[in-house]
Order: sequence, then structure tokens, then C-alpha cells
Amino acid sequence: MLAIDGSFLDFKQLDLLALRQTPVHHLDPRAKVLTTFCFIVCVVSFDRYQISAMLPFLIYPAALMAVGDLPFGYILRKIIIVIPFALLVGLFNPIFDRQVLMQIGSLDIWGGWISCISILIRAILTASSAIILVAITGFPAIIEALEKLKMPKTFAIQLLFLYRYIFVLTDEGVRTARARQLRTFGNRGLGIRHFGSLVGHLLLRTWERAERIHMAMLARGFAGEVHSTRRQSHFGRAERLFMGGWITLFILLRLYNVPQLLGGLFTGTMP
Amino acid sequence: MSHHIVHVKNLHHTYPDETVALRDVSFLIQHGESVGIIGANGAGKSTLLLHLNGYLSATSGEIIIGDDQLSKATLPEIRRTVGMVFQDPEDQLFMPTVYDDVAFGPLNLGLSPDEIEIRVMQALERVGAVELRDKPPYHLSGGEKKRVAIATVLSMLPEILVLDEPTSGLDPHARRQLIALLQAFHHTRIVTSHDLDMVLELCERTIVLHDGKIMADGSTLEIFNDNELLKICRLEKPFAMQGCPICSPDRKPLPTLPPLVPPHSNKPHDHDH
Repeated sequence: MLAIDGSFLDFKQLDLLALRQTPVHHLDPRAKVLTTFCFIVCVVSFDRYQISAMLPFLIYPAALMAVGDLPFGYILRKIIIVIPFALLVGLFNPIFDRQVLMQIGSLDIWGGWISCISILIRAILTASSAIILVAITGFPAIIEALEKLKMPKTFAIQLLFLYRYIFVLTDEGVRTARARQLRTFGNRGLGIRHFGSLVGHLLLRTWERAERIHMAMLARGFAGEVHSTRRQSHFGRAERLFMGGWITLFILLRLYNVPQLLGGLFTGTMP
Repeated sequence: MSHHIVHVKNLHHTYPDETVALRDVSFLIQHGESVGIIGANGAGKSTLLLHLNGYLSATSGEIIIGDDQLSKATLPEIRRTVGMVFQDPEDQLFMPTVYDDVAFGPLNLGLSPDEIEIRVMQALERVGAVELRDKPPYHLSGGEKKRVAIATVLSMLPEILVLDEPTSGLDPHARRQLIALLQAFHHTRIVTSHDLDMVLELCERTIVLHDGKIMADGSTLEIFNDNELLKICRLEKPFAMQGCPICSPDRKPLPTLPPLVPPHSNKPHDHDH
């Protein structure tokens, strides 16, 4: 249980990182959201056996981390959480895809291995860019940006509430689980049956809380629409430069395999 | 809205499952009064509060706030006039930051951005929470949450403040701060609580609810001196009125209750576990 406690404390820290004052933190959230979106599209659109051409994309998360003054170890730990899921996706590739793509000495490298590694790199790149986006922008600001980019308001409110109450709900869940654990003495309690009622109670409590929140909203004149205090954000030169620069770079890196070109430059063989 | 009175006449409430929560409740609270509503668990305090800003509607009887009778048409104005602070601030603070939360009410009132800024800052100043304005609510301490929850209501400039268990879950210092804060308000205040010492300090008048009925309505001091009444209503004297058990040897101890389970009851199920 402690592990879950710990990881959620960590989640709050991600939120605190967004309060830092660096040039990238000051950019209009829309610019950062759109740039990250382009980044992700470019990365996932690569061919499934591609590895080398994706490596230069590391420059985007690396640069943002440096300018945004983000703790490398912390971001790394967040990315590591995602890796098992990516591995699961790529796990069976080496078994099913045994087409030999490369030979190192007498060792045959199957296509499955290559695509598995490719999936892993994609996961690292996309996860790191998303985590960094939250760390330099803050979740509410991202939602606000998406709203300005014409995401339906209902979604925005849903996401904001999800984000606000995820801490409260996990807290409740952790407390319930702890109470259960303290009375099962290391056994499995009543197993799945028990677990069902535990989750059921959590759902009921969530329901009651939702009702109380609704009451609190009505008490303050809520009439179906959440107005937000628009923060002064301005899409200016810095934003255009940031977006233009990065997106041009992404497109170039997507069209030309830079490591291969560089390699070719040194060995004198063009692809 | 010159007289900010709260007038409840013959209020009955029966829940859909036929639990009768309020029976013939009537009282009149004048402008500027500070009234405590006390009673045992399930006496009907929360049900009563939820009527005051129209969240629950009466089975019969009427409620008049200021000059308006509570009805669908007057609901928006009454909700602005009656600022309701709920027991769990976690339920009241639902926006991403403290500032957004305090601005929620004024935004719904359709005020201009400049006016909202002024209102929010005044409300935060009032509760001493200006430096918290950009913080998300889950980074606040319990006392801070409570004060900000009060600010979210103050920003609508209510004339009547209704507080449900304002001191629950606070440490002694935060509780002190909160009592001092509430004492400084000039609003009409209606407070429910089990913290009878706070009621004693804050409210000159007290209404005692028992089983959905008003058992007493009068001066707080008189009610807390009526041992018989308190006993019937499952209450007891505030600690401040009980005398110190160490310094005053002639203090009469409160009667101890018989144990819930008789001692030495060797019922077989006691040894099952």
C-alpha cells in the first residue's frame, strides 16, 4: 500500500513543478500543447522497424527539461512506470515476427526484436513529452488551452473535476485498503467477495460526495456552466517562435533520417 | 432586503423513505443575530440547514429570507443572500486553484472581471488567505481549507452565513483562529455544531433540536444550565461550564453512563474471534 501512497505524493509534486518560473513555463499553454501534439504525431507515424530516425527526437524532452529546470531523476521515474505497458505491447513481436532484418556477425536479428525496441523508444518519447508538458504547464492550464482550441466545454469540466478529485478519491481508497489490510493479518481476507463490497462502498461514497459537491455548487449560484477566470495568456512572438521552430525541426527529422545522413557523411556512402 | 431575517414557519420535512426529519419547526432569527443549532446525531440539524438555501424543499411550511419567501423564483437571490459553508471543505473547494474557487460564486453572478478581482481579494484578505491564492486546494492544510471555504462564500457578499460544523477536524489553534474569525463577522450567523464550547463563545442564542422538534430556543447560557433538557437531548454542558476536575474539588462529576455491554456477559459469540 505504501507504494501507492508514495506514487500519489509524487503526483502532487508534478503539480508543484508547474509553478516554477522559467521561460518555458511562461509560454502560452496552447503553444506547448500543440507542439507536443505534433511531436507525438511525428513519433508514432514512423515505420514499425524504425529506430535510428527516432533517436534525434530525444532533443525535445531533453531541451524542455533543461530549460524548464525539471529534476531528471523524477521525470525518469515517471517514465519507468510506463515502460512495462509498452513492453507488454511489444512482447510477442520477437516470437511472431522472425523475418531476419540484420546480421551482426553470425547473430540474426529478427524484425520482431527491432519492432519491439521501436515500440519501447516510442513509449519513452511520447510518455516523456506528455509528462514534461504537465510539469511545465500544469494540468488545469492544459485543459484551459484545449478549451480555447475548441474542445467541448463539458469535457473540460469533466477533466477538471477528475483531476481535482483524483487525490481525494485515491486518499479514500488508500484509507479503505489500509483498514482492510490491518484486519486481514497478511492473509487475503475474504478474497474477491470482500473486494467487491469494498469497491462498492467506495463507489457509494463517491456518489455521496458528488451530491455534496453539487450542493456546494448550487449554493454558489451554479446554473449549468462553469465560468473560469481567464488567465492572461497571450499568443505572441515567443509562442510563434517556439511552435514554429520545434515543428519545423520535427518535420525535418521525420522526413530525413539524420543519424543515417550523418553516418553517410563520415563513411561516404549515401543511402 | 433591509432586514436580513430568517423566518421559518411550521416546517415539516419527510424524506422519501418516510423518515420524518423535521416536525413543525418554527423560529425567527433577526438581523445580526448569531444562533447555534445543536442536537444529537440525527436530530435534524443538517436537514434544517439544507432547507435554508433551498436545496431541500419543505414537505409543508414556509421559509422567508429577508423579504422573500423561498420559492423557485426567489432561489437565485436567496442562494446569494444565504452563504452556506459545508462541513467538509473538500466538497466546497472544487476548482483548480483557491482563486478560481473564490471567484466561482461571483462569476456565476455575472460580475465584471475587475469587480471579481476585488471581491476575491477582499474575501481572501478577510480570512487571512491572500498568499494562498494560486495554490491548488489539495496543497492546503485543514485550517486553511476551512478558511478558504468561508472565503468562497464571502465573495458573494452574503448577508446571512450558515455554517455546518465549522470546527470539525481542526486542531486547537486552527479552531481558535476560526472562532476569532467568525466572532469578527457582522453577518447573521447560523451555526450547527457538536462543539458546544464554540457555540457558547459564538452564539448568544441557541436552538435545541431533538427528533426533528425544537426542544428549546433561547439564551445559550440558560440552555446550557438546564441539565434536564441537555440530558433528554443527548447533550452535555460545554467543558468551559463544567469546572476543572483538578482545581475544584467540589465539582459534581457528570453522571457516567451504564456500559453499552454489561461486564462479564459471557455470551458465546464474544469468544468466537
